[in-house]
Amino acid sequence: MKKRFLSLLVAATMVVSMFAGCGSKDNAAENNSSNSNTAGTTNTSTTQEAGNQAADNTADQGKVLNIYAWNEEFKSRVTDFYPGYEVVDNTHGKIGEVEVVWNITPSDNNAYQDNLDAGLLKQESAAADEKIDIFLVEADYALKYVDTPYTMSIADLGITDAELAEQYQYTKDVVTDSNGVLKGLSWQGCPGALFYSRAVAKEVLGTDDPAEIQKYVSDWDKFVETAALMQESGYFMTSSVMDTFRVYSNNVTSKWVEGGKINIDANIMKWVEDSKKMYDAGQTGTHGLWSDDWNKGFYPEGKVFCYFGPAWLINFCMAADVEGSIGNQGGWGATEGPQGFFWGGTWICAAAGTDNAALVKDIMLKITTDPEIMKDIVVKTDDFVNNKSVMNAMAADTSYSSKVLGGQNPLAMYCKGVESIDLSNLSNYDSGCNIDFQSAITNYFEGNATLEEALDIFYQSVAERYPELGY
Amino acid sequence: MKKKGRVVRYNKWGYIFLIPFVVVYIIFNLIPLVTTIYNSFFECYRSGLTQVGPNYVGLDNYETLLGSKELWQYLGNTFLIWLMGFVPQILLSLLLAAWFSDPSLRLKGQRFFKTVIYLPNVIMASALSMLFFTLFSEGGPVNSMLLQMGLIEEPVKFFASVWGTRGIIAFMNILMWFGNTTILLMAGMMGIDTELFEAAQVDGAKPSQIFFKITMPLLKPILLYTLITSLIGGIQMFDVPQVLSNGSGNPIRSCMTVIMYLNKHLYSKNYGMGGALSVILFVVTGILSLIVFRMTVKKEK
Repeated sequence: MKKRFLSLLVAATMVVSMFAGCGSKDNAAENNSSNSNTAGTTNTSTTQEAGNQAADNTADQGKVLNIYAWNEEFKSRVTDFYPGYEVVDNTHGKIGEVEVVWNITPSDNNAYQDNLDAGLLKQESAAADEKIDIFLVEADYALKYVDTPYTMSIADLGITDAELAEQYQYTKDVVTDSNGVLKGLSWQGCPGALFYSRAVAKEVLGTDDPAEIQKYVSDWDKFVETAALMQESGYFMTSSVMDTFRVYSNNVTSKWVEGGKINIDANIMKWVEDSKKMYDAGQTGTHGLWSDDWNKGFYPEGKVFCYFGPAWLINFCMAADVEGSIGNQGGWGATEGPQGFFWGGTWICAAAGTDNAALVKDIMLKITTDPEIMKDIVVKTDDFVNNKSVMNAMAADTSYSSKVLGGQNPLAMYCKGVESIDLSNLSNYDSGCNIDFQSAITNYFEGNATLEEALDIFYQSVAERYPELGY
Repeated sequence: MKKKGRVVRYNKWGYIFLIPFVVVYIIFNLIPLVTTIYNSFFECYRSGLTQVGPNYVGLDNYETLLGSKELWQYLGNTFLIWLMGFVPQILLSLLLAAWFSDPSLRLKGQRFFKTVIYLPNVIMASALSMLFFTLFSEGGPVNSMLLQMGLIEEPVKFFASVWGTRGIIAFMNILMWFGNTTILLMAGMMGIDTELFEAAQVDGAKPSQIFFKITMPLLKPILLYTLITSLIGGIQMFDVPQVLSNGSGNPIRSCMTVIMYLNKHLYSKNYGMGGALSVILFVVTGILSLIVFRMTVKKEK
C-alpha cells in the first residue's frame, strides 16, 4: 500500500513537471511564431502601413525585460512609482506588453556578482529574451562593470546631460568609466548621518536635541569621551566597531590598491586604533554588519546609543516596521556625526546588447529624474533622492518630517552632507578589500592575533581574491 | 565456433549494462580529473570581467602552494578538527551499537532510537550550521541559558575563541555522523556468529571481555571501512566551517580547511591555483588510503 502510494506520488510529480516544462516551451514557441508572423506581414502586405509600424515597434522592443538585482529595493521602487507597472507574481511583472523578469540574487558570498558575471559574459550569444537588460551595481564594485564594454553608455540610450543636471555630481562620478563616459544612473543619494537613540540621549546626556547631541560627537576624540559616558550608564556607544568603519574609510587619502600593490590608508589604521581602544574598554562589540547580534540595537533591549548610516539604513533596514523597535516608536534622532561619509546606493546600468533600450531609457528617466515621482519617493519612503531642487525644496518644507526620526526633518543635514562627498579614492577592488579587512582585523580586536598577524591575514585574503595583486 | 559466438553475444549484455556507469564516470569523473591536472600547469584566472591567461607556467603553482606555510597550516587544521570529531564519535557509536545489538539487554523502542540518531544527518549541513551559529552567538540562546543559570558572568564569545569554534565544528560533525556510524557498526556486530558470544558466556567471560576479545577483533573490517570513509570525508570538510565562519576560517584562520582554501581561489576563477591544490589533495588522499589499505592487508595475513 505504502509503495503504491509512493509510486503514485512519484508519477504525479513527474507528470506535473512535464506539463510545467511544456508550458514554458509553448510560450516560447508562441512568442517565436508571433514574431515571425509580424515579420511575415511586414514583408508581404503594403497596405496596412500604420499596423505594420506598430508591429515593428513591438518587434524591436523585446518581449522580456530582464533585471538583475541583489535585493527587493529597486523592485519596490518600480512597483510603487513606475507608472503602468503591474505585479504578476513575486518575480514577474508587466509593463504594457513587456514581461518584466526579476532575477534577484543576494550579495552574500559574492553570489550576485558571480551570477551577473556569468550572465554578462554570455550576453552576446544569449537569445533576445534571455539577454540582461538592466542590472544594478553598488559603489563598491561599480567600476568593475562600468569600466568594461558590457555596460551601455547613458548617452547611447538617448539621455542627454541636460536631463541629468539636477543629479548630484558624486552619483555620476561613481559610474563614470576611465574615459569619462557616464554609464549608469541612480535615484538616490546616500550621504550618511549618525542616528542616536533619543531615549538614551535624554537619560545619559540630558537632551535629545540634534544640535546639542552633535556637540558630543563632533570629532573622534569627543566621540570616544561620550562612549565612556555611555558605558557608565550601561549602554554601548555603537553596536559594533564595524559601524564606524565606513566613516573612516570614506575619508581616506589613498586607494586600497596603488600601482598593483595592496595599500592600507592611514585613516583606516586610525580606525583600527580607535576601535581597539573602544572594544577593549567594552564600549562596543565586534559583530559583523547585518548579523543578529548587530541588529539587537534596533530595539531598546539592545542598549545601543548610535548607528552610522545613510537614509536607506534607517527606513529600509532598521526594523522600522517591527512592533517594539526604536524606529517603530519614532525613537531615533539624526545628526552629522564626526565626519561626513556616504554608504551604498544603487545604480541602474543598462547592459550592452539589451533589446529593450527604449523601455530602459524610460525607466531610468522616470525613476531618476522625474521630479514628481522623486518627490513621491521621499514622502512615502524617507529615501534621499538624487535631485537637487526636489531635495532643497523638501529640506525647507516644514510640513515634511520623518516618522522614524520622531518628527525631525533630516533633509537639510543630508543636503549639506551630499555636497562634501569625495569619491576620488574609489578603486574596483573596494568590495573585496572592505570585507576582508573587517574580517581579518577582527582577529586583532578579539585578541587572537597581533596587529601584524591580522594584517598578514588581510593581505593573504586579498591576494587569494585578486591573484594579480602583490603586497 | 558457434558456441564462441553465443558467449560473445551473451557477454555483450554485460558491456551494455556497463555503459551508463562508464559514460557517467567518464563525463563526471575522468574528464574533470584530467582537466584539473592539465589546468594546474597554467596561470589562468579572471580579474573582474577580464580573463587572464591561460599561460603555461610549469610547476609554478605547485611551488607557490607547497612553499607557503599556509597550506600545511590548513592541512593541520583539517586533520585536527577531523580527529576531534572522529575519536568521540567512534567511541559513542561503539557503545550505542553494542547496546543495540546486545540481545540480553532487550532495549525497547530500538527502531525509534535508530531513526532519531540518524535524523541529524538528514538535515542539510549548511542549515545545521546556520542553526548552530545562531545558538552560540553572543546574544544566542546558549549564552542566555548559561547566564540565567549563573554559570557565567557575561556572554561567552564562542566564535572568537580558536578552540571554541573548532570544538563546535567537531561537535556538529559528531552529531551529524554518529548515527550513520552506529548503524554501520551495528550491522557489523549483528553479522558476528552468536555462538561465539554464547560460548564465551558459558566460559564465564565478563561483558567487557566479550566486547574487547570477541566483538572488537571481528569488527575490524567494518571499523577500517568507517575509518577510511570518515578520513576521506574529513579531508573534504567544507560546509560546516564555511558557514560557521562566513568563509573566513576565523579566528586567525584556525578553522580554514583545505577545501575552504580551494574555494577561496574560486572567487577569481583561479583554475590554475585551484587545480594545483586539488592535485595535491588528490595525492594526499591517495597516500592516506594506501596506508590504511596496506595495514588491512598485512593484518589479514
